Amino acid sequence: MFGKLTWSAIPFDQPIPLAASAFVVVAILGLIALISVKGWWPYLWSEWITSVDHKRIGVMYFVLGMVMLLRGFIDALMMRSQQALAAGGAMGYLPPGHYDQIFSAHGTIMIFFVAMPFVIGLMNFVVPLQLGVRDVAFPVLNSVSFWLTATGVLLANLSLVIGEFAKTGWLAYPPLSELAYSPGVGVDYYLWSLQIAGLGTLMFGVNLVTTILKMRAPGMNYTRMPIFCWTALASTLLMVAAFPILTATFAMLLLDRYLGMHFFTNAGGGNAMMYINLIWAWGHPEVYILILPAFGVFSEVIATFSGKPLFGYRSMVVATMAICILSFLVWLHHFFTMGAGADVNGFFGVMTMIIAVPTGVKVFNWLFTMYGGRVRFNAPILWSLGFMVTFVIGGMTGVLLAVPPADFVLHNSLFLVAHFHNVIIGGVVFGVMAGYNYWFPKAFGFTLDEGLGKAGFWCWLIGFYLAFMPLYALGLMGMTRRMQHYANPAWQPFLILAAVGAVVILAGVGFQIAQLVVSIETRDRRRDLTGDPWNGRTLEWSTPSPPPAYNFAVMPTVTGIDAWWLMKKAGQPRAHTAYEPIEAPRNSAAGFVAAFFATMIGFAMIWHIWWLAIIGLFGAFAVVLASAWRARDEEIIPAAEIAKIEGARAAPEGAA
Amino acid sequence: MGARATRGGPGAIRPLRRLAVCGLAILTCAFAPGPLAPAGPVGAAERIILLDSLAIMLAIIVPVIVAILAFAWWFRASNTRAVHLPDWSYSGRLEFIVWSIPAMVVLFLGGIGWISSHDLDPARPLNSGPPAVEVQVVALDWKWLFIYPDQGVASVDALVLPAGAPVRFRLTSASVMNSFFVPALGSQIYAMAGMTTSLNLKAERPGVYPGLSAQFSGDGFSDMRFDTLAVTPDQFTAWVAAVKARRAALDQGAYASLARPSSNLAPFTYGAVTPGLFGWIVATTAPGNSPAEARVVAAASAQGAP
Repeated sequence: MFGKLTWSAIPFDQPIPLAASAFVVVAILGLIALISVKGWWPYLWSEWITSVDHKRIGVMYFVLGMVMLLRGFIDALMMRSQQALAAGGAMGYLPPGHYDQIFSAHGTIMIFFVAMPFVIGLMNFVVPLQLGVRDVAFPVLNSVSFWLTATGVLLANLSLVIGEFAKTGWLAYPPLSELAYSPGVGVDYYLWSLQIAGLGTLMFGVNLVTTILKMRAPGMNYTRMPIFCWTALASTLLMVAAFPILTATFAMLLLDRYLGMHFFTNAGGGNAMMYINLIWAWGHPEVYILILPAFGVFSEVIATFSGKPLFGYRSMVVATMAICILSFLVWLHHFFTMGAGADVNGFFGVMTMIIAVPTGVKVFNWLFTMYGGRVRFNAPILWSLGFMVTFVIGGMTGVLLAVPPADFVLHNSLFLVAHFHNVIIGGVVFGVMAGYNYWFPKAFGFTLDEGLGKAGFWCWLIGFYLAFMPLYALGLMGMTRRMQHYANPAWQPFLILAAVGAVVILAGVGFQIAQLVVSIETRDRRRDLTGDPWNGRTLEWSTPSPPPAYNFAVMPTVTGIDAWWLMKKAGQPRAHTAYEPIEAPRNSAAGFVAAFFATMIGFAMIWHIWWLAIIGLFGAFAVVLASAWRARDEEIIPAAEIAKIEGARAAPEGAA
Repeated sequence: MGARATRGGPGAIRPLRRLAVCGLAILTCAFAPGPLAPAGPVGAAERIILLDSLAIMLAIIVPVIVAILAFAWWFRASNTRAVHLPDWSYSGRLEFIVWSIPAMVVLFLGGIGWISSHDLDPARPLNSGPPAVEVQVVALDWKWLFIYPDQGVASVDALVLPAGAPVRFRLTSASVMNSFFVPALGSQIYAMAGMTTSLNLKAERPGVYPGLSAQFSGDGFSDMRFDTLAVTPDQFTAWVAAVKARRAALDQGAYASLARPSSNLAPFTYGAVTPGLFGWIVATTAPGNSPAEARVVAAASAQGAP
């Protein structure tokens, strides 16, 4: 009846997971109770859960990323403390089976459920506003994408309470991830949560590519698009091209595990090398899916806070698209040590270095954007400067790893771990934080506290260097990754220092939470009434903060790069008097209900509860049918109502 | 003027050099037995490549970091002395330089990468000194089996090598992927089931060099450690003789019980090894081979092998 699911799936015998899951369950129940007591359900349902507004969906993606950042960060603290303790004969406090789950979950969560929701959230919120349009191409699909990502998050976290997570590392290399070596449900949790979330990501990619290619404001030709839109286009093109590879690869592993096939097994004609090639054919573009939008954020932030247009716009576009294409030609550098031979290794080493050229161009262009500017040191630009300094170091160690013989001694060492944290924290996370501080007033109508935000930045920056510079040293000492304990006591001081660094980052996270709480409490004092708090350059700053559901009452006409800056210079009035009715998409519960059935399918497949999986499949199919044949998918916002909203907004401006 | 410069030159450089040597010595101590303190020619060549590439890139990276901080500080909003160019966003000459600098660096480093990738290809034999010693490596859950086919002995979790002689490793795995890595000697390589990889290393002088797995392989992964004992050729011959005197033999039966998952074993040796055992292990896990086919392959390789 319940497949493999029995009471033994709940870790009653392991105090740490049990306490953690009990805490999570209590927290969720508390939240549900609070919402019920306050009577917030109708508001949440109609304004957020069923919303198809790209701005709301973007915010929900971002909140999802924030919550999962805390989860992934707790994993990081456990790993750092375990390795700080387990030197010589000591075993630390986490047994191997548990430690292995933690580093696998940390990597999986940080990439798929933190970094991805963050960058997708930013793109979702910002791109339509920057393009001067009213929504993405397929608003309901956007909601479905988000809820499928949320399903993946839910399944991955469910493994904490019921069963176990993968003990294979974040990419689940076979044969270790095959049934013969991982008979438990951990790998199945991994595969189903990522399959379902990956589907959401692919649909988002299709959606945003269509939006950017087909739905720009009048006059917004390609060479006038804000650079963030260009990086979003490159990133989503990569999603469309790379995520099907991931889905197919995981599907083959699922067939191996569920139907006894032999794609990647040791026996029966399987070959694990194929999986490793395929997963990195997705995996390397994936890092550019994450970093390109971050590059876009820095381009916007540095230009805005320098009070200048971005230096070398065309170079930036060329560099972005070059990275987009080259990212598919470097995957083998993740396994130079597989023994492919000198020509193959040499080719991929050189290709990897070539990718550093457009990236280097970007750094120089940001540098010259500041030249001749008037740089205002608000929180977003602090993150950007911290990024520029940190990222060039990470880029340098990356090129070092691209030299095959250097990689032969540094591969899978803590040097590698330090390198990718250097580019992902120093690049993606710093970019996301810059974007968060930059666009928050646009999303919510009030600015974030500067002092606490800067304190958070400095803790992150210093904590990052404390946590990861020792790991570079350890890699050069020959320490490899994923060790639950180690014999060499000379490594311990470095690992203790790294743990201290993680605690400093924790302080940074604390400051950021305080920043958010304090800013909400004091929001009445920090209202952004102009819609343009930073003296911005692109179209999102021409809308009020927060923008109305329809974004633009009258479609803007674009005459060049930095459209809003040009309008301001020309003294173009923002207030119009004549409005036309606007067609707006109706809210839809399709995403939420589809995600409900997707969760059912995922959970049932993980535990081999076949009847439940079949019900889930029929349910999901029914949702698709019902959504496709819905009678009314749009509603008209009458001109009078628009005039009312716009008039209310014009009033305080006129008074000022 | 010129004379003074040449007289002052060495005097000024000598303490610097001493400092550098001293620093390198301290570094070598702290970083032993890692890639920065190599004990063989492969590791030494890789250290040179690592440090050279680092130096080339630092020559660009350090000025860039200084420029980032200097530009941000000098062009701060409160500095009215800084030149103000609110609309400046294009300079063809600058763009040319901006593309050229990274391109030149990459051209240079790419050359180093391509050439060194061939020079230090793990499969390339080291053609120096006495004839190569052959060692067959099998990664097991969770220990390392080292078979010496020419000597007809085997050892678990201890690798004994004659210092000064090149060693030719052939590697496979009986279960999941592992990566064979002795940081002090240089290159690592994957050990994968059903396949063999090749690696050539040499220990220049006697010593004990820790080795480990660099590819996560399951619960016992952290204990997949072994000591590499580089000994003099005479000591090696004596070691082989001593091992040969042991009665424990590694045949298919003994291998089957060894292959069962276990970890943290005390190192031990086998005085005899069934000829062709390594080929049989590769064949039993080879892609496309059913167990029946594997038996045929194994029989063939047992006949053909010494």
